[in-house]
Amino acid sequence: MAEAALAKAEPASPERRDRGVLRAVLAEPKVVFGGSFILLLIAVALSAPMIAPHDPLEQDLMSGTLPPHGFAGASPDFLFGTDDLGRDVLSRLIFGSRIALTVAFVAASLAALLGTLLGLLAGYFGKMTDIVVSRLIEIWMAFPPVLLSILVVAIMGSGVGSVIAAIAIIDWTRFARVVRAETMAQAQADYVTAARTLGFGRMTILFREILPNVAPLLLGLVTLEMGIAVIVEAILSFVGLSVSSDTPTWGGMIAQGRQIIYQAWWVFALPLVALFATVLAFNQLGDGLRRALDPVMQR
Amino acid sequence: MIATGLLRRLGMAAATLFGVAVVVFVLLRVAPGDPIAMMISPGASPQDIAELRARYGLDLPLFSQFGIWLAGILRGDFGTSISLHRDVLGLLAERLPATLELAIAACLVAVAVGGGAAIAGTLMRRRLGEAALDGAIGLMLAVPDFIWALAFVLIFGVLWPVLPLSGRMDPSVSVPFVTHFYLLESLITFRFAIAGDIIAHMVMPIMALALPLAAIISRILKSALSEAMVQDYVLIARVKGLSEIWLVAGEALRNVIGPTLALTGVQFTFLIGGTVIIERIFAYPGIGNMGIEAVINRDLPLIQGLVLVFGALFILVNLAIDLAVAAFNPRLRHG
Repeated sequence: MAEAALAKAEPASPERRDRGVLRAVLAEPKVVFGGSFILLLIAVALSAPMIAPHDPLEQDLMSGTLPPHGFAGASPDFLFGTDDLGRDVLSRLIFGSRIALTVAFVAASLAALLGTLLGLLAGYFGKMTDIVVSRLIEIWMAFPPVLLSILVVAIMGSGVGSVIAAIAIIDWTRFARVVRAETMAQAQADYVTAARTLGFGRMTILFREILPNVAPLLLGLVTLEMGIAVIVEAILSFVGLSVSSDTPTWGGMIAQGRQIIYQAWWVFALPLVALFATVLAFNQLGDGLRRALDPVMQR
Repeated sequence: MIATGLLRRLGMAAATLFGVAVVVFVLLRVAPGDPIAMMISPGASPQDIAELRARYGLDLPLFSQFGIWLAGILRGDFGTSISLHRDVLGLLAERLPATLELAIAACLVAVAVGGGAAIAGTLMRRRLGEAALDGAIGLMLAVPDFIWALAFVLIFGVLWPVLPLSGRMDPSVSVPFVTHFYLLESLITFRFAIAGDIIAHMVMPIMALALPLAAIISRILKSALSEAMVQDYVLIARVKGLSEIWLVAGEALRNVIGPTLALTGVQFTFLIGGTVIIERIFAYPGIGNMGIEAVINRDLPLIQGLVLVFGALFILVNLAIDLAVAAFNPRLRHG
């Protein structure tokens, strides 16, 4: 059902259709580039305790602010150097990927879930439901997102859970807007009229017929949202509100590096590079998926 | 016709702003943690605490608190900041000009860079220059303002220190200003050395805010321009022997500027939201930076006032864009 829009152009058995979609997705260079990087990052995050050369929290004040390999005064023990407390930057980067990816996947999924649900209801039922959801979206858009996320985390208390909740509470509008418009368009389609004539219930039509047709659009949006979630987590860590300072995060490292930027620029620069690469990868993957799965853009 | 449409839009805007006020008020009141706890000394007696609570109206029921706050705003009284012990409206009036100067300058730069890139890309169709420009735009689009700002801090603040890292102007310069629009005022009064110093402080925050917006403007404008370039009116102009630059920047641009503005409009409001973290990174004394401080200090009256100001800015920008789109749309103009 999810490929119904594509199937119009190429009537084939479901299997052939699935393979065609997969091929279209993999033919997109952005998907291959972004996807491989994210897969690599997932592998790094999962095997962090095994591949990290040091304990990310282990302090060694005797070997503080050592520069990365290749710079004068570097130590062979610390490939990416150490911070002012003598902690290994590489190990902290590796462990930091865990928070970044956890927040990316969980927060983006929750935002998508909430936004899709409200978007579907508003788009299909219209009338009062649509008015209420649309007004909510309008009000939400009028908040500066960074200030609102800081406010939510300040209210709920620091921690990964609060960060995830803040992102879901703020970014559901991104999904609701798109899904609402798409549902309105789909609700006019022949297959919905057919389903209605066959006597399908409204909820059945909405979740079994319309939702699968909206889903391809969502996949790209969720991936883009993951990139946004990684940034929001870094921003909250940078402001000092994300997780406790015991857990290494890229944003926390950047904030710490900002304080000692003149003595040890690498403590600032390396997590920034990790953040940049991750956001770019999610962005390319999401953009590529959207291109490959959106029948309008294919034409 | 137009007047009733405008009135309806204003009514909607007021309703949205009221919604923003309700949401922020409820959000802050359900928050655990006592704002009073932040401001008392450890030895304060229960009477002292109760007195403070009464002074800020925190002992009243939620509904009355909201009513008092709203009635105050309508009289122009936004309450008193708990952490700074000053009138909220005065604080806002002091800090808002800094944010406005930053946001407006960033918008202008984004329009110039994005528009310029779109026109240059259209002129260089199917040449190497276009591909290079597309690549650069793609990168500008993928990287958010937060990362741009930090990269600039590293590159132009530390590795090759040519720009000041923080603040609005050199603290050693003390010149009396009449308004809080320092840049505008120093330009109008021909104090160019001071204006230069202020601009130097603004370059990095402006670029961080402007680059992502410029990329979006460029993308949308370029695709609209390339569609327009094959239209009859451009062909006729070409037959008349007009130059290629005039075809793109004159004929085609004039016809696509309205739709492009409509498509990029919401992005301008994202730029306003972006000022919060950018001001923080560069210790720029605007309302965004003050907002983060206010949240950390649980300064409820100040947070409420700030969120309302941001909401009002957002709504005004949306309104202005709608009016501009209508002004650029020949069908609406003559109809």
